[in-house]
Amino acid sequence: MQPILEIRGLEASVDDKPILRGIDLTVNPGEIHAIMGPNGSGKSTLAQVLAGRETFTVTAGHVRYLGADLLARAPEERARDGVFLAFQYPVEIAGVSNVYLLKAALNAARRHRGEPELDAMDFLALVRSKLKSMEMPDDLLYRSVNEGFSGGEKKRNEILQMALLEPRLAILDEADSGLDIDALQVVARGINALRAPERAMIVVTHYQRLLDYVVPDYVHVLSQGRIVRSGGKELAFELEARGYGWIDDAVPAAAGAR
Amino acid sequence: MSAVVRERPADRAGREALERALAAWPAAAAQLPGARGTFVAKLREEALARFCASGFPTARDEDWKYTDLAALAARSFLRVPDDVQAATTEPLPHHALFDDLGGHRLAFVDGRHAPELSSIGPMPDGVRIESLAAALARDPAALETWLADTRGHSAMAALNTAFLADGALVIIPAGVEVAEPIHLVFLAATAATIQPRNLIIAGERSKCTVVEHYAGSAPAFTNALTQLFLAGGAETEYCKLQDEGERALHVGGLHVAQARGSRFGMHSVSVGAALARHDLTAVFDGEGCTAAIDGLYLAGGRQHVDHHTRIDHAQPRGTSREHFRGILDGRSRGVFNGRVVVHPGAQQSDAWLTSRNLLLSADAEADTKPQLEIYADDVKCAHGATVGQLDENELFYLRARGFDAAAARSLLTWAFARSALEGIRLTPLRAHLERACLGRLPQALPLAELM
Repeated sequence: MQPILEIRGLEASVDDKPILRGIDLTVNPGEIHAIMGPNGSGKSTLAQVLAGRETFTVTAGHVRYLGADLLARAPEERARDGVFLAFQYPVEIAGVSNVYLLKAALNAARRHRGEPELDAMDFLALVRSKLKSMEMPDDLLYRSVNEGFSGGEKKRNEILQMALLEPRLAILDEADSGLDIDALQVVARGINALRAPERAMIVVTHYQRLLDYVVPDYVHVLSQGRIVRSGGKELAFELEARGYGWIDDAVPAAAGAR
Repeated sequence: MSAVVRERPADRAGREALERALAAWPAAAAQLPGARGTFVAKLREEALARFCASGFPTARDEDWKYTDLAALAARSFLRVPDDVQAATTEPLPHHALFDDLGGHRLAFVDGRHAPELSSIGPMPDGVRIESLAAALARDPAALETWLADTRGHSAMAALNTAFLADGALVIIPAGVEVAEPIHLVFLAATAATIQPRNLIIAGERSKCTVVEHYAGSAPAFTNALTQLFLAGGAETEYCKLQDEGERALHVGGLHVAQARGSRFGMHSVSVGAALARHDLTAVFDGEGCTAAIDGLYLAGGRQHVDHHTRIDHAQPRGTSREHFRGILDGRSRGVFNGRVVVHPGAQQSDAWLTSRNLLLSADAEADTKPQLEIYADDVKCAHGATVGQLDENELFYLRARGFDAAAARSLLTWAFARSALEGIRLTPLRAHLERACLGRLPQALPLAELM
């Protein structure tokens, strides 16, 4: 079975300051990997480097997505090819309606796959059904992207986009931050609904809370730019009980994940 | 110690152009509508004297610091219209007639009323939408009060008045609502000097929507002047679109006088011409007036666009909202100078003035200066100005959703522009303005999905 993602020796820096110092990780179809770690450990950087953020410079290592070099490709090429980043801080874009963004994003991916674009009617029917499952009102479609959305609506909007785009690899960066328990459950349901044998997810989170609802297959702990512990879902409970303090003293795990 | 003051070439050219204009004036004025001996003739003479005293504005005038009209004059555009009959005539841009807008259209070609392109539908009793020349020929005295109000007029407005001949006259009687838009379109067909004079008189509690529109690909010099008078409780939705050709020069004054409780809403869009200068003033002559002005300018290449605005809160309880946006590409330059003056005693004035500029290239330049002058103590006033580039976070967000970099840039640029047009309630009008803007942006996006 071909892995969806293979990260080997990945190092990245911003303004010559190293953030990722050698990440190794393999993600297979159907798997959910949780990346946990204290603030500043490099979790969000990893998510953004995978999505192609140019703020970060990759200084060593390589990343293969479905067997092909990922890092050589522009962010938009990665997106059209099925890599999806749910942003920790979804960006507000005044003057661009949510429905336009959703439709353009979906049709860009469909064109890339050689599929016909959806017409307005089919698209609306599809997006309305997804909206309903995310318990979002229709009028969010016609408002500017994330503008004036509550924190919960922004996060839901990210999951809505993911549900519509049906990525092969979803990277969820702090999908739970700032959510109350009801919104958390809606978001978690949205994520779980997308669990599929052909799809993989990387769930970046500071707290174990989300993992009560989205149960990961593997948990990795990031500290100072390296994966220092890997284990099953029980590792998340251990972190919840003991905090991150003990991690820094731990010996870096030999090769991260399997 | 003595010094020889040398005349700069630009100044000399300006002086020579001026001398030519003055030499032509008596002959020209004799042919203008409004017979000799009327107030109009006197108005022209006085304006000419004012203009002669000041000459073309130069960069030495504070209000023209960034926009040198002496250079413009050097291109000797100042010719009376009759001189240019032989000049090449450009095809008229029929798309500029906005046929789908409905309502009433008063068209002008090279400053002269063009009845064949005009279309005035049925109107409520007493409403007048007609050529100013025709009205002046019939009964010049009826318009004296309005035309003689020169508050806020610059030297260029004086020049316009010196050659006052034709333009649009719109009169809406008290209590009347004209539901359909009134489209005043000025087409430049030759390399002429075009000086339209427009007068819009909105009676008490009247309502109307007026579009003042400049188009045509000819390298004309337009020096337009529009006066609006809003009586008590009048509501006027106004739109100015400057969409002239890339070699054109546009100078446009727009002066609004508002009586008690009147409401003036405006969208000002300037996308054309090599050089465009807009002078916009609104004076609250009565209590409780409202002025809401959204402005947008787009410039690329070596285009130069300058807006000078002034809102006078001369009476209490007035509200003004003025938001200008500029998008500058290439080696273009955008100038915005906005003043809000709250006069002594104009208590409970509420003013908000912003200027935002988006620079799309390293060589583009924005000079922006919003100013508040407040001489009353119980007021709420705010202003702000920004000059910046497209937001990297927004660009990355769009790319992470599959937009290529160029499409993301053009979408964000468009979104920035479009925000200035959102308030236009008349859908076909908004669509025309959006199209005018999209046509000038670096990369066109699929229209159907956006609009």
